[in-house]
Amino acid sequence: MDVLKIATAGSVDDGKSTLIGRLLFETNSITTDKLEAIMASSKKKGLDYIDLSLLTDGLIAEREQGITIDVAHIYFSTPMRKFIIADTPGHFEYTRNMVTGASNANVSMILVDARNGVVEQTFRHFYISCLLRIPNVVVCVNKMDLVDYDQKSFEETKAAFMAFAEKVRFPGQEISFIPVSSLYGENLVRQSELMPWYQEAPLLSLLEAIPLEQHLSEEPSRFPVQYVVRPKSEEFHDYRAYAGKVASGLLRKGERVVVLPSGQETTIARIEKFGREIEAAQAKESVSVLLQDDVDISRGDMIVPLSQLPRQSRQLEATICWMDKKPLRAGSTYLLQHGVNVAKAKVSTLSNLIDVVTLDNNTQVSELKLNEIADVQLKTAKEFFYDAFADNRANGSFILIDEQTNSTVGVGLIR
Amino acid sequence: MATHNTAFPRELEDEAIYILREVAAQFEKPVLLFSGGKDSITLVRLAQKAFYPARIPFPLLHVDTGHNFEETIRFRDELVEELGLELIVRYVQDSIDQQKVVEETGKYASRNVLQTVTLLDAIEEFGFDACIGGARRDEEKARAKERIFSVRNDFGQWDAKKQRPELFDMLNGRISMGENVRVFPISNWTELDVWNYIREEQLAIPSIYYSHERETFERDGQILPYSNFMLVSDDEPVSTRMVRFRTVGDMTCTAAVESTAVAIEDIIAEILSATVSERGARIDDKRSEAAMEKRKQAGYF
Repeated sequence: MDVLKIATAGSVDDGKSTLIGRLLFETNSITTDKLEAIMASSKKKGLDYIDLSLLTDGLIAEREQGITIDVAHIYFSTPMRKFIIADTPGHFEYTRNMVTGASNANVSMILVDARNGVVEQTFRHFYISCLLRIPNVVVCVNKMDLVDYDQKSFEETKAAFMAFAEKVRFPGQEISFIPVSSLYGENLVRQSELMPWYQEAPLLSLLEAIPLEQHLSEEPSRFPVQYVVRPKSEEFHDYRAYAGKVASGLLRKGERVVVLPSGQETTIARIEKFGREIEAAQAKESVSVLLQDDVDISRGDMIVPLSQLPRQSRQLEATICWMDKKPLRAGSTYLLQHGVNVAKAKVSTLSNLIDVVTLDNNTQVSELKLNEIADVQLKTAKEFFYDAFADNRANGSFILIDEQTNSTVGVGLIR
Repeated sequence: MATHNTAFPRELEDEAIYILREVAAQFEKPVLLFSGGKDSITLVRLAQKAFYPARIPFPLLHVDTGHNFEETIRFRDELVEELGLELIVRYVQDSIDQQKVVEETGKYASRNVLQTVTLLDAIEEFGFDACIGGARRDEEKARAKERIFSVRNDFGQWDAKKQRPELFDMLNGRISMGENVRVFPISNWTELDVWNYIREEQLAIPSIYYSHERETFERDGQILPYSNFMLVSDDEPVSTRMVRFRTVGDMTCTAAVESTAVAIEDIIAEILSATVSERGARIDDKRSEAAMEKRKQAGYF
């Protein structure tokens, strides 16, 4: 059974929580005690309806302020697949949390209030979906009940969205639109009879049918070594395996490979999962790899096929989303973590600060503040082996860590 | 809950193994918090797989409240023996004797809150820098917000507003002296995923998860196990019922469900038709709406 990861964003106002609550309710994923608990809380707050946002806004501060501050994870399943929703905040101040929630998503679900059409937050969410190269975007035009299920409102919203989308979408990105009413469950699980002009499948069927990223296995294979397994027991005296998760592509037994950075060539002798031999390992599989020759390998090294080498450099060009209160300035040094590989990196130049709503580009950038996005050049203390993020999400991204605070302060997408 | 069953999504196992290997690589003194419940049993299996054929490179820590089900303790010792694991046990009773904590009194007295102090003391005693736990995001709304690597300050506290961004699958385990990281490899699993995994992996679990005869009494609409650890009043008659437990906690805060489940398949069928969530049977969560978040702020796992 497969898993589809969905990122949603928005505020309470656009009905996102109601929509998620509905999906849970209609797929029998919410139990009576949880429902009773939010009914009691809604009553305590003096509401005359059940506030389903209380399901997802789990922190005291969130319930106090009635906003989503951090990502919540919500789980439900149908006979078709398991779904994980990363419910992220839509406010500008919490863009970094939106990026956190969206970074692992297969689908970006964007809610638009049919009465208001696209707003600033819609653009921000879509821009970040494109930046992170989320392959599927589903735009739910919600609250159709408040516009009399009018096709014209839906079409207008769609046109306004596409006018912006055409400027930032990437080739191959699927964008679908669906008119819904979360409050009444129209077009969520069942086809709405009130919108006969919309003939496509309801939201849940659409989510069940979205193809998972098959291309991951078509990409060149990248195997970052996470951990060296050396039992040193009597039974496994000379056993030495390299454990890790296949970042992309397909790793095959018998394949000629190169170990980076040493450049030594060898052959994959055996691939194991808990002692059981397998012929090939796919992207995202955690395995142990045994090699034909005695090669010096440690954590952070990468095993790649001889025929498909990654790029290698000590100079990286990337788009950065900044996530720390202390701004990023040219000349600053951070730790750069690329997969499981870490080295010092110095920011040499900053440019092209982008306004994600107007798409205005500011070429003169002195610093990058919290939640801002710009291009940077970095010089690293050692050579990195990478691909462009556009070609390979797993091997084309990194995080920056502040050595003083140890905090993750930025995410980089390599160009 | 969902009304249909499905196979275990193997992607979740790959993710958990990846997380456990990151722990072994990034930290000097990790420990696996082991309660004897199904989630920590799952963690042990995942750790076995992550490092096979080498031994699990960290010990298990059990914070023993003294109010455990004896079946759980027996199971724990057998598992440790069978797999050749290193087990450390620290006792809440010791924290009470050292007057670091005061035993709660009254009808709802429980050592659940007290165990935080014992846990933090053990972390300090051994210098653990990473504590692996079996918490899942689907259990509770504060847990739904937590990262996979969750940094705790030198008082063991969680600051929900200052969580590190966690991007793609890159885990940043860097910490300052005195801080520690709580690690949750099965964050993305649901109760059903855990049960399907236990079934597919044919893992042994403590007998209290299966239907058995037990002396019980009713309180606040729930069936509680009768034990010497609880004050039972005269209007709470004790009677024998066929029950099982959905979670393994303290006897004082874990309610039972009436059940005839004698096999994993029966348990799964019961969960599929249950209208009450797993933690609905945990009295420790019912203290207030934010009970879990408040305990986490105090250092609870």
